[in-house]
Amino acid sequence: MNKNHRVPSSRSLNAVEVKSKFGAEFRRFSLDRSKPGRFDEFYGLLQHVHRIPNVELLVGYADVHGDLLPINNDDNYHKAISTANPLLRLFLQRKEEADHGTFGTDSLTRKKNTVLSAVLLRPDHNKKKPPVIISLPKDFRPVSSIIDVDILPETHRRVRLYKHGQEKPLGFYIRDGSSVRVTPQGLEKVPGIFISRLVPGGLAESTGLLAVNDEVLEVNGIEVGGKSLDQVTDMMIANSHNLIITVKPANQRNNIVRSGVGGGGGAASGSSGRSSDSSASYYGYSSHSAAASIPPHIIQNFPVGELESDEDEEDLVIEAGGEAEPIRHMASNHSMSSLPRYEPHLNLRTATTPSPDRAMERGSLEEDGTVITL
Amino acid sequence: MMKFRFRRQGTDPQREKIKQELFAFNKTVEHGFPHQPSALAFDPKLQLMAIGTKSGAIKIYGAPGVEFTGLHKDTTAVTQIHFLPGQGRLLSLLDDNTIHLWELVAGPLREVGGVKKEGVVSLQEVNTYSLPGRPGIESCSATRVTVLLLLKSCDLLCVGTEGGGVYFLEVPSLSLKDNQTLLQDQITHSLPEDYRCGKSLGPVEALQEHPQQSGKILIGYSRGLVVLWDLSTRLAEQLFLGKQQLESLVWERSGNLFVCSHNDGGYSVWAVTSGNTCNHQPVSSTIPYGPFPCKAISKILWRTTQAGSPVLLYSGGMPRASYGDRHCLTIQQDKDHVTLDFTSRVIDFFTVHSVEQEREFDEPSALVVLLEEELVVIDLQTPGWPSMPTPYLAPLHSSAITCSCHISSVPPKLWERLVNAGKAQQSRHWPICGGKNLAPPPKQQELLLTGHEDGTVRFWDASGVALTPLYKLSTANVFHTDCDPSDDPQDPSNDPDMQQEEEEWPPFRKVGCFDPYSDDPRLGIQKISLCKYSNKLVVAGTAGQVIVLGLSDERSDHLVDVSVVDLLYDREGFTWKGHDRLEPRSKPCLPPASVTAVALHAEWNLIAFGTSHGFGLFDYHRRNAVLARCTLHPNDSLAMEGPLSRVKSLKKSLRQSFRRIRKSRVSGKKRTITTPTSKVQEANAALAEQEEVAPVQRRIEPRSADDSLSGVVRCVCFADTFLRDGTHHGPTLWAGTNSGSVYAYALEVPGVGSGRVCERGGASESSVCVEAVLGKEIQLMHRAPVVSICVLDGRGKPLPDPYEASQDLAIAPDMTNAHSVLIASEEQLKVFSLPKVSAKTKFKLTAHEGCRVRKVAMVVFSSTAQEDYSEHTLVCLTNLGDMHLFSIPALRPQVRYDCIRKEDISGIASCVFTKNGQGFYLISPSEYERFSLSAKVLTEPLCFVQLDRPLEPTSTSDGTTMQPQANGTHKNQMGQAEEEPPSCLSSPILDTPLDSPLSCADLTLDSTAELTVEDVRDFLTVDEAENNLKNIKEEEGRSTGILIN
Repeated sequence: MNKNHRVPSSRSLNAVEVKSKFGAEFRRFSLDRSKPGRFDEFYGLLQHVHRIPNVELLVGYADVHGDLLPINNDDNYHKAISTANPLLRLFLQRKEEADHGTFGTDSLTRKKNTVLSAVLLRPDHNKKKPPVIISLPKDFRPVSSIIDVDILPETHRRVRLYKHGQEKPLGFYIRDGSSVRVTPQGLEKVPGIFISRLVPGGLAESTGLLAVNDEVLEVNGIEVGGKSLDQVTDMMIANSHNLIITVKPANQRNNIVRSGVGGGGGAASGSSGRSSDSSASYYGYSSHSAAASIPPHIIQNFPVGELESDEDEEDLVIEAGGEAEPIRHMASNHSMSSLPRYEPHLNLRTATTPSPDRAMERGSLEEDGTVITL
Repeated sequence: MMKFRFRRQGTDPQREKIKQELFAFNKTVEHGFPHQPSALAFDPKLQLMAIGTKSGAIKIYGAPGVEFTGLHKDTTAVTQIHFLPGQGRLLSLLDDNTIHLWELVAGPLREVGGVKKEGVVSLQEVNTYSLPGRPGIESCSATRVTVLLLLKSCDLLCVGTEGGGVYFLEVPSLSLKDNQTLLQDQITHSLPEDYRCGKSLGPVEALQEHPQQSGKILIGYSRGLVVLWDLSTRLAEQLFLGKQQLESLVWERSGNLFVCSHNDGGYSVWAVTSGNTCNHQPVSSTIPYGPFPCKAISKILWRTTQAGSPVLLYSGGMPRASYGDRHCLTIQQDKDHVTLDFTSRVIDFFTVHSVEQEREFDEPSALVVLLEEELVVIDLQTPGWPSMPTPYLAPLHSSAITCSCHISSVPPKLWERLVNAGKAQQSRHWPICGGKNLAPPPKQQELLLTGHEDGTVRFWDASGVALTPLYKLSTANVFHTDCDPSDDPQDPSNDPDMQQEEEEWPPFRKVGCFDPYSDDPRLGIQKISLCKYSNKLVVAGTAGQVIVLGLSDERSDHLVDVSVVDLLYDREGFTWKGHDRLEPRSKPCLPPASVTAVALHAEWNLIAFGTSHGFGLFDYHRRNAVLARCTLHPNDSLAMEGPLSRVKSLKKSLRQSFRRIRKSRVSGKKRTITTPTSKVQEANAALAEQEEVAPVQRRIEPRSADDSLSGVVRCVCFADTFLRDGTHHGPTLWAGTNSGSVYAYALEVPGVGSGRVCERGGASESSVCVEAVLGKEIQLMHRAPVVSICVLDGRGKPLPDPYEASQDLAIAPDMTNAHSVLIASEEQLKVFSLPKVSAKTKFKLTAHEGCRVRKVAMVVFSSTAQEDYSEHTLVCLTNLGDMHLFSIPALRPQVRYDCIRKEDISGIASCVFTKNGQGFYLISPSEYERFSLSAKVLTEPLCFVQLDRPLEPTSTSDGTTMQPQANGTHKNQMGQAEEEPPSCLSSPILDTPLDSPLSCADLTLDSTAELTVEDVRDFLTVDEAENNLKNIKEEEGRSTGILIN
C-alpha cells in the first residue's frame, strides 16, 4: 500500500526555510530541520520575529495539497518542519480575530482516487495548478468532521470521529432515554439513545461537535432505533476506529446554515428523510450526492466507501495485505476544536459553481457504481 | 437507489425454497432434572409420573423417551398434582389457588423421519377453576386450598381449605357442587364438648378415600381431629379425636387401620371399627426418633406386604437439635430401618405398588422420592433397599457443569465399550414405564460429555429424548487434593460396598448424587475433547491440568506420566497419560491458570491447549512438549502478579459484566423479574443493587491493546493445510487470543506430509520429534477476541476430523484448490485465503447488529426434500441469544432465530452445537434445552399412551403445540411462527427491513467492497514481496518476530 508515504522525504536540505505571514506582514527565517526544538519555543520565536510578544496566535501552515493545517503542538510542528520542502509557509492569526474557520485536509494520496479527489479539490483542479508539495497530509490526522451536511436534515448532524490509535480516548458515554417523535398518530414518546457524558479532554469533547443529551440516531449508517443500549455500545465500539454517529443535537442553535441550496442530489436526499439516509449513504448513494452537491463553503464531505473502509487507518502504521484496498480517504477534511475559529484560507478554498467536468465525473461515478453493484 | 431494488428482486425463490428445506428452528426437549420441582404425582394405571415446578411447568414421564410437557399460563408454582388414573388427565393446584385440568390429547399427524405417525400425544390444559374467595388476600383466605382428593371413581374432587371447609367439585367439568360443601360447623356440633373447647379445628390437612368402601373419606384437620365422612349420607360416621397437630393421613389397604403423622415427629395408628362413632385413643402412637423434640413427619405411607410386616415410609421426624437440618426419609419394615439422608429437601414421594382391588397386599416395589435437586428411586424388592439409577431426570448439576462437549455419530465400537464400562450403573427394571415411545430409533449414537466442577466427566447418551447417563469418569484421583480422598463420598448409590450401615442412630444412609460442594475448585473441568476413532480423551481443567486419557476395557492400574509445559512465568500445564481407571497418584497439582482452549489431533498424537497466558503443544506419543508460546502483552502487569490474580481478574470482569447486564435489564425495562431466577442470578442482582446506583451509561472506548485479558487464548485448532506456500500442505496449529491475534504454526510431524521439502534449515526430516515453526501472525485490527478458527478446504468445506478422511469416513478434503481460513471474532466473521492470508469475505456482525459472537460452529444441514443434499453452514450464537446462520465461505446470512433470552448469560455460555444442526444449552443449572436448527434432524418426544378414554384429536391447530420450558425462561419464544413450516424460513429474512445489512442483497457489497486490512506477518514464505514487506516493517523499527501492538 502506501508504504512510501511513511518514509520522510530525504531530499530536503538541512535547513528549513520559513515564510511567516501575520496580517499583511511577512517574516522569513530558517530552522534546523534536524533540531526543530519544541513548539512553545517555536511559538515564542514567531512572537519574537513578528514583534507581537503578547498576542495570542493561531499558527497554521500550508501543506502539500495547499490545505491549511494547524501547528499547535510538538507533533504537528515537527511534522510541519520535517515535511517542509523546502519552504514552510506559515499563516498567523490573532486568536480573537479568527472566526468560523477550520483547518482542512484532503488526504488524497491514491492514484485511484484522483477522480474523486479532483472533484473535491475543486479549486486546484479547476485551475489545473499542480499542488505545492509541502507535506503529507496523512501525517496530520483529522480528528473529527461533520459530514453529509448536504443530505441530512438540518436538525441532524453526522459526526465522524477519527480514533487512529492515538492516545486520546474517544471519551463519551451513552445512556437510554426517550425522545418525542412526530408520527402519523401524533406525538409519540419513543426510546432513544443519548450522549450522557463527555470525558474532559477526550476526543468527543475536544471536537465540540457532540454534546451531552444529543440523541444518537445512527452509528456508521445503521439506525439505532429498536436497539438496546448495549447493542449500540457494541456497534460504536466495533466502529470505534472510524466512528460516524448521526446525532440530533440537543442544542439546535448551532446548526450549520446552508448558504447554498446545494446540488440536486442534496436536495433529493434531504427530502428522502432520515430513514433512507442510512442505506443510501451506506451503499454509495451519498457518494453521488456528495460529489455532486458540495455546498459552496463546504465543510466536509463524505465519500463512498468511507463507512465501509474501516480499520484501514491503521494499516499504514502496520503493514497489511497490500493490495485491493477499497476507496478510502478521498476527501476528509477535519476540524480541530483547539483551533475552532480559524479563517479558511481563501486562496485555497474558493467557492465555485459546479463545473462541467465535475458533472462528468459524477456521471462516470454513477456508472461505476452500477457496474459494481449490479 | 435503483440498484438496490434490482438486487432485492433478485432474491432467489429457488434459494428460499432450499433454505426452507434446510433450516427450521425448534426447541425440542428438555434434558435433565426440572429446576425447582414443587409437586409429584404418579398414575399407577398408566405408569406415568408427573412433576410440577415452581415456574408452572408440568412434566410427565413414563418409559424412557416418553415425555410430555405442559406449562401453565402463569408462572406460578405448582403445589399439587393429581392424576385421574387411567384417563390421561391430571389436576394441578397452583400457588395462586387455581385448579387446572390437563389432558393428553392426540396430536395431528406428524411426520417423523419421513414417515407419518399417528397417535402422537401431547399435553394440553382443558379446564381451570378457582374457588370463590375474597380476591387479593388469597393467602389468608378461608378458601385457600390446602389439599385435594380425587375419588377413585374420578368424578368427584374433594377440596380441603384453610378455613376448614371441604368443597366438592365435579370432574372433569370442574363445577362446584354448591349444596354439598362441608363446613366445619357441621363437624363441630357432633364433637364432644370437652374436645370442642370453642376452638376451630384448623385447616383441612389431609383427605383420604376409604380404600374399600367408596363414598367414604377421611378428613384430617390440623388440630388433630380425623373424621370418617360418608359422602352419600353426608354424615360423620366416625370421629377420631387426635390431640396432636396433624400432618398427613394414610389408609391401610384393608381399610381397618389408618395412620396419621404429627408435627411432633410422631405417628399414630387408629383402628376403624364400625359402630364405634367416637375414638379417643389411637391403637398405638410412636415417636420414632424421640424422646427429644423432633421435627414434623410431613408425609407417611403404610404399605402392606405379603411377607408380613408392613413397610412404613415417612419423611422428616428427625430429632430437632441434632439432625434437624437433615433431609431424611425413613423406611421401616419390622427390624429393618433405614434413614435415607438426602442432600436436598424432600418435595414428595410415592411408592409403586399394586393397585388392583383384588390383590390383598400393596407389595411396594419401588419408592420414588422427589427431592429439590434430584429424583431418587429405591428398589424395595431387593434386600437392603438399594437405590436405582434413573434413565432420565438425571441431576446434571450433581456437581456444577463447567463445560460440555457433543460428539455426533459415535462409532458403534466406542459406544459399546462405553456402555459396557458403565454397565454397573445400568438399571434392572425402571418402575415407571408408561406410554410408548414412537420415535424411530436414533440413526446414530450421540454422546454428550459434561465436565463438572468436582473434576468428573460424565458421558450421556444424547441420542434420544431421554438423556441417559452412560459413564462417569473422575479425574480427581489423579491429583492430590486438599481433602483426604477416602472421605470422598464416591456416589454410594453405585457402590453397595460403601453403604455400610453405621452404628449410630438414626441409621443414616447417604443417598443421591447431588453434591454441589466441590472439594477443590481446581479440579473443575474446563475443556473436553474426544477423538471418537482413537478413543482418546483430553480433559483440561481449572488448574491448568491437561489430562490425556485412553479408553481401556479392563480395570487396570497405570502409572501416570507427568510433564510440565512451561508457557513462561510460573504457569504449569500438567499432562497426564493414563487409562480410564486411574489410580490416585501422588503428584502435586499447583494452581496455575485455567485452561481456556484445547484441541486434540489423535492422528498426529498432538494436543494443543491454551490458557490465559499462552498456548502450548504437546506430543503425547513421544511425551514431550513441542511448543510453548506466551501470548501476554508485555505491558500486562496483572499477569506478572501470578496466575491466581489473573483468575481473579477474570472472575471480576465476569462479575462486572453480570452486573452490567442485570442493571441494564432492571433499569431499562423498569419492571421486576417475576420469573424465578437461579440463585446465582439472585446473588448478582443483590450485588448489583448494592453498587452503582448512577444512571446506566456506557462508555464508548475502543478495545485497548494492552487489556489485562488480551493474552487469553480463546481457541486452538489443528489443520492440514497450506501455510507455507500454495503447493505444499502440512500440519498446522492455529491459536487465537482475546485481543484479536491469531498465531499459525507449521508443524513437522514425523510421518505426516513426508513428501514435503523442508524449507527451513536446521530441522531435518529424520528428526523424530514434532517441530513447530511459527508461520503467520495475524492481528485483527478490531482486536476483538477470536472465538473460533476453522480451515476450509478447496471446496470451501471445513476440513474433516482426524482419521475421518484416512479411514474413509468422510469425503477427503479438496487439497488441490486453495484453502482458506475462517476466523470468527466476537465482532466479525472473516474468511482469509491461504497461504497468503488475504481477506476474501467478511461479515461485520457487531457493526451491523450490535451483537457480539459468543459461539460458533460448523454445521451440516441436510435437506428434507433431497436425500443427498446438504450444506455446510456457520452457526453463530450471539450475546443477544439469537442464532445467525451463514453460508460458507461466502458468509451470506441465511436465517436468524431468537433462541435464548439475552439475559440468560449462563444459557448462552453453555450452548453447544452438534454437527447436524442441533444444540443444547442450560436453561437452569440442572436442565439442558435441546433445540434444532435443522429442518430434518429433530430429536423430540413422540409418544403414545393407551388411555381408558378415547383420544380425541385436537381441534386446535398444531401451531399451539408449543414446547414449554420448565423454568419459564423462554415463554415468549414458544409457539412462534417457526413452528409452522411454511413461514419458518422465509419470515426471518422477509422480516428484516430491506435496508438492514442482514438482507442478502446487501451482502454482495459487503463482501466485495473491502479486502484485508489485517496485519499479517509471514514467517515462512521467502518470496520477494513478502520480504519487502518485512523490510518495510523493519524500517519502522519493528521486529518481525514479535508483534507488539
